[in-house]
Amino acid sequence: MAVLIIDYGMSNLSSIKRALEECGADVFISDNPKDIKKAERVVLPGVGAFADGMMNLNNRGWTGAIKEEVLTNKIPLLGVCLGMQLLADKGYEGGETEGLGLIPGEVSILNKKNESERIPHIGWNEIKKVRHDKLLDGISDNSDFYFVHSYSLNPKDNYCILAETPHCGSFVSIVKKDKVYGVQFHPEKSSSNGFLLLKNFLRV
Amino acid sequence: MLKVRVIPTLLWKDVGLVKGIGFDSWRRVGPILPAIKVYNTRQVDELIIVDILATNEKRRPDFDSVRDFSADCFVPLTVGGGITSLSDVRELLRAGADKVCINTAAYNNINLVTEISNAFGAQCVVASIDAKKNYSGDYECYSNSGKVPRGISAAEWAERVEKAGAGEILLTSIERDGSHRGFDLELIKSVTSRVKIPVIAAGGADTPKDFIKPVLEAGASAVSAASIFHYTQYTPLDVKIEMSKHGIPVRLVDR
Repeated sequence: MAVLIIDYGMSNLSSIKRALEECGADVFISDNPKDIKKAERVVLPGVGAFADGMMNLNNRGWTGAIKEEVLTNKIPLLGVCLGMQLLADKGYEGGETEGLGLIPGEVSILNKKNESERIPHIGWNEIKKVRHDKLLDGISDNSDFYFVHSYSLNPKDNYCILAETPHCGSFVSIVKKDKVYGVQFHPEKSSSNGFLLLKNFLRV
Repeated sequence: MLKVRVIPTLLWKDVGLVKGIGFDSWRRVGPILPAIKVYNTRQVDELIIVDILATNEKRRPDFDSVRDFSADCFVPLTVGGGITSLSDVRELLRAGADKVCINTAAYNNINLVTEISNAFGAQCVVASIDAKKNYSGDYECYSNSGKVPRGISAAEWAERVEKAGAGEILLTSIERDGSHRGFDLELIKSVTSRVKIPVIAAGGADTPKDFIKPVLEAGASAVSAASIFHYTQYTPLDVKIEMSKHGIPVRLVDR
């Protein structure tokens, strides 16, 4: 299975590459949007601010290539952390910015519900399944994953929500629309649960 | 619910894993790579690896070694030691680090914290603060592996690095380091009450019971330790089982 990891200058790509290889994928990292044609799966990783992320995707010619491949050719895509947030219509980190528009909704900063909560949300927290999907096969409700973020995606359509996580009230931690998936946590840093999820992604 | 993390810290000198007492009397504990592999197999919450010689030897981080460390490490990895520029950070992230830990460089140029935070996100910058009580009873910050006093209190410095864009603070008590006397709760409280970002408390853990108070009484979001894991039979899981008995949310991995 040929998996493309999009290199747009926003991430530590080696750990996600190693994790996917461990799951049996043939992984290639590319900064050339033309290479998306060779991929059977696409991973959009990323850490950093929304505005910088979109600027890099746009400047490097990825935005159109991703939309075409995902919307027309229905190639499964997994957005991780900032990569999930960029799937939205709009984000506000680093200034109001238009996103990829693959998951209807907006990205906004987490809001503390009590004094003991801290932002960024860093560490292991559970997912509460909202709807079952192949991506979550074998992963039980309340499984812990590793998070590091201050913003989250609020989908417009509840049907896009696969799981939520309790912090600052509750935020959406897994989204799905057609073959587009997004996870707010880092599966590549989430030990056995993370590997299960990545293996499932290779099978969706 | 967000779990309280238990984080082994690995101090590294040349190719060996070392541990000192009060940031001194370094003792070799063993080779570092097998230790990383064991912690990875045990699925620890996170790992912090610090090259304690780089800054004082005025050299850049050892990127090749970090590449080796991260190759089989599928838990979050924070790397520190010798970082002085944005390009150091970029290269460390490329070598497999998830976060970087800045200490001495932040005192010399606090803009570096802001630059890293802007470029890679606040979650990527862990500000490391080493503190010791001075003659007037204040917790004073020290840089260069506990050697150079900086004339500012831990709480005040914490507030400044938070404002500069740090996403987290690793707070170590120099006096408690390697002492097995338990965490310095007063120091931890002085910092957690001043900042909104998560604080990782370090220095002094001797038994799993020691990990309770920094969380319940001093507001730490995570606890870190070295000696207890190097020199006793206790594992991070033992510590977490004890914490969970006291109602602290932890991630218990069954293995």
